[in-house]
This record gives sequence, structure tokens and C-alpha cells, in this order.
Amino acid sequence: MSTNVQLEIFEGPLDLLLHLIKKNEVSITDIPIAAITEQYLATLELMQSLNLDVAGEFLVMAATLIHIKSRMLLPAGETEPDEEDEGPDPRADLVRRLLEYQRYKDAAEELEQRDVLTRDVFVRSVAPLETPAPAGFRELSVLELLAAIRRVIERLPKDNVHEVTLDKITVRQKMTLLLDTLRAQPQVQFEALFSEVKTRMEVVVTFLAMLELVKVRAIRIFQEVQSGPIMIEAAVDMETAAASATVEETEEEQHGT
Amino acid sequence: MEREDLKSILESLLFVADGPVPVQRFCEIVDGASKDEVSAALAELQSDLDGSSRGVHLVEVAGGFQMRTVRANADWVKKFLGGRPARMSRATLETLAIIAYRQPITKAEIEAIRGVDVDGVVNTLLERNLIRAVARKDVPGRPFLFGTTPEFLQLFNMKDLSQLPTLKEMDEIKLPELAADELPAEDEAAVEAAEE
Repeated sequence: MSTNVQLEIFEGPLDLLLHLIKKNEVSITDIPIAAITEQYLATLELMQSLNLDVAGEFLVMAATLIHIKSRMLLPAGETEPDEEDEGPDPRADLVRRLLEYQRYKDAAEELEQRDVLTRDVFVRSVAPLETPAPAGFRELSVLELLAAIRRVIERLPKDNVHEVTLDKITVRQKMTLLLDTLRAQPQVQFEALFSEVKTRMEVVVTFLAMLELVKVRAIRIFQEVQSGPIMIEAAVDMETAAASATVEETEEEQHGT
Repeated sequence: MEREDLKSILESLLFVADGPVPVQRFCEIVDGASKDEVSAALAELQSDLDGSSRGVHLVEVAGGFQMRTVRANADWVKKFLGGRPARMSRATLETLAIIAYRQPITKAEIEAIRGVDVDGVVNTLLERNLIRAVARKDVPGRPFLFGTTPEFLQLFNMKDLSQLPTLKEMDEIKLPELAADELPAEDEAAVEAAEE
């Protein structure tokens, strides 16, 4: 009789474990670790033999299972004293994680049963949930952005005076400044943002601030034509952007020159 | 203003609106109607539509009111509109549920619950405008904290976050089709036998 491992797409190690527990009809609070570990490893092997990419997390869990299994073999009382804080049942932590995960799987299922817009219910104009990029603009690749920042750095004054000052500009401050600028005018040119900038550090900090804002989708960087000016505009309404940027300063973010 | 007139005006406004309309907005437009009158008229309109076999309902969603088609007609509407809506993957849905219940939450905290990397999923959710960065957490690395957006409420037909179903308590969680206290020694043997 061949090992009957149905290969589904598992969301992760916890998902696979829950599947095995269900399949074996065992209680989640009293998992037969030896048997489950064996089946878990068999599934990983099968995934590997099918050339499926077995993510690192699956292997970490395999190690955890084997560790638990070995601790279960030790008679009670023989566990080293310093391991006491791990609780009386070596499975306890895993059980807690499994239950927690199952809890959100249930919640996800309940969400899915609601009247989902554009699946179960519809509105008159068929609400576009995604705002399409304005027509006629091409998206910029990171390389083009890097080329632009190199041009800015090359334009910096190249004097050899070493002035030891400690200007503290933080990425956070620059993010706020950038948002202020965009509140005053809807679009700014990429290079205009660097017109006042004098040091390499400040260029870098400004650039980082810009990338941070792109990452949280507060601003959009685009180009109308290839090798044309790179433009920056607010991607969300300014209140939202300000909300994600208003967090106090801390020392760790300080950059000095 | 007569109640029936007000209801008629509100229905027209709701028909042309391209998103949920807050009560406040109706008050600004229909001058002479108080907030209470507008709310009462909306409630009546809502029950008029609910009570009959109409194809649209008036739904309170994301802080406003909106006309939505009834679920029973979904297939006809889909056929009419053509194309199919993007289905949400399990990974997306699970991650969204975790964010909805635990917001504000960092990526690392989501990963701790799901046991897998969530970079791609979080980016998809950001792209679809269903979540947004709301602040940064005051821990090393200052990671972003994510929360849901009004679009999330619209997508799942919710007035506000209080309409999220209550999360189960940990001891209420049962795996589907799991017979509770049947167990272990003989099962273990059975499992091993099945493995041969």
C-alpha cells in the first residue's frame, strides 16, 4: 500500500500540519507526534521529488517536530532543569500556534461568506477597486531611478574642503518635507527635489525618503516619455499620507554627516 | 419637506452616487432636511427595498449608504457584465483576516501567525488598496504597521469594523470534521499501519 499523501497546495507548515491532524482524525491538543512527524516528512519528500519549491519554513517546522518528538521520548523528570520554562508538554507551544492559525483560517472563511462586492453584489458603476494608473504614463524601472539619482550626485559641488559638521537630517524629516511639498503643488520634478541639496548624505537621505513613500504607496513616481523628466505626485489623499508619516522621531533614525 | 419627497430625492442621489454616501453628505445637499429626517427616510427606503422582491437593496457600507444588487441575482449580473472578478487566494484571504482582526499589525507579526513569508501577499493587498500602512511600530527597525482601508469595508459589505464576525475563543476552535475526544494509542497504531 503506497503512502497516501494527497498533494494539495499548502499555505505553509502550519497548514500542512493541520491537514495531517484532520486526516488522521486526531485531537489537536493531543497530537501523536511520532506519526505526524513521519507523515510530515513524507510530504516534504514528495514535494521535493516533484521539484516543488519547499520553502525554508517547512524545514524549520520539520526540525521543530523532531525536537518535540525527541523530548517526548524522555521520561518525565529527566528533562534538564533549564528547560522547565518550556512548559510541561513539549507540544504546548506548537498546539497554541496551530490553534491560533486555525482561528484566522476560520475568520477568513467567514469573511469569504459575506456578500463580496463584484462577486455576490454589485454597485451601479461597478466600483473599480483599483485605481488605474493615469493613461499615457509609463512606469519607471528601478534602474532608471538609480540613473537619475546618479546624475544628481554627480552634480554635487566637488570641493575638497572637509568641514566636520553634524547636520542631522532624518529620513522621517525628509518624508514629511516631501509630503509638504506635494501638498503645496500636485507634482514635482524629481531633480527639483535635489536643487537645494548639497551633500551626498542629504541626497541619499532624500532618496531613501522617496523610496519609503513609494513603498507605502503615498507617492507615485513616473515618467511621461522615455528619458523625459521623472515626476513625483501624491498617490493618496494627503491626510492618509500624513497619517502614515506622523510618527515621532527617534535617535536610531538619525543620520549625520 | 414631506417624507415621501425626501425619500424620492435620496433615492435619486443614491442612484447617481459612485460610492457610499454618508448621511452628512445628504444633509448638505438637501438643505432643509435635518440629520434625523434623512436617517429616518433612509431607514424607510431601506425597508421598502428589503421588503419587496426588488433587485437592489440599500446597504450601509463603509460609513455611508449605497445601492447594491441583491445576492440572488449575482449570476445574471455577472453574465451581463461579462468578465470574471479576480478571485482571492486563500493566502490573501487569510492574511487579510489577520490584518483585519489584529490591526495595526506588522509583517513579522502576520508571519508569526501564518508561519510563512507574507511579503508578496502584503504587496498585493497594498496594490488592491485593501490595506495601508498606518504608522510604524516603535521597535528596532521601525517596521510599518498595517491596517484595513474603507475599500476593505466596501469589498466585504461592512458598515464598519465592528461588523467583523467575532473571533472564536481559543477553546472554541475545532478542526472541521474532527471527532473531539477520540484518541490516541489505537489511532497512533492505525496511522502507522496506514503508512506501510
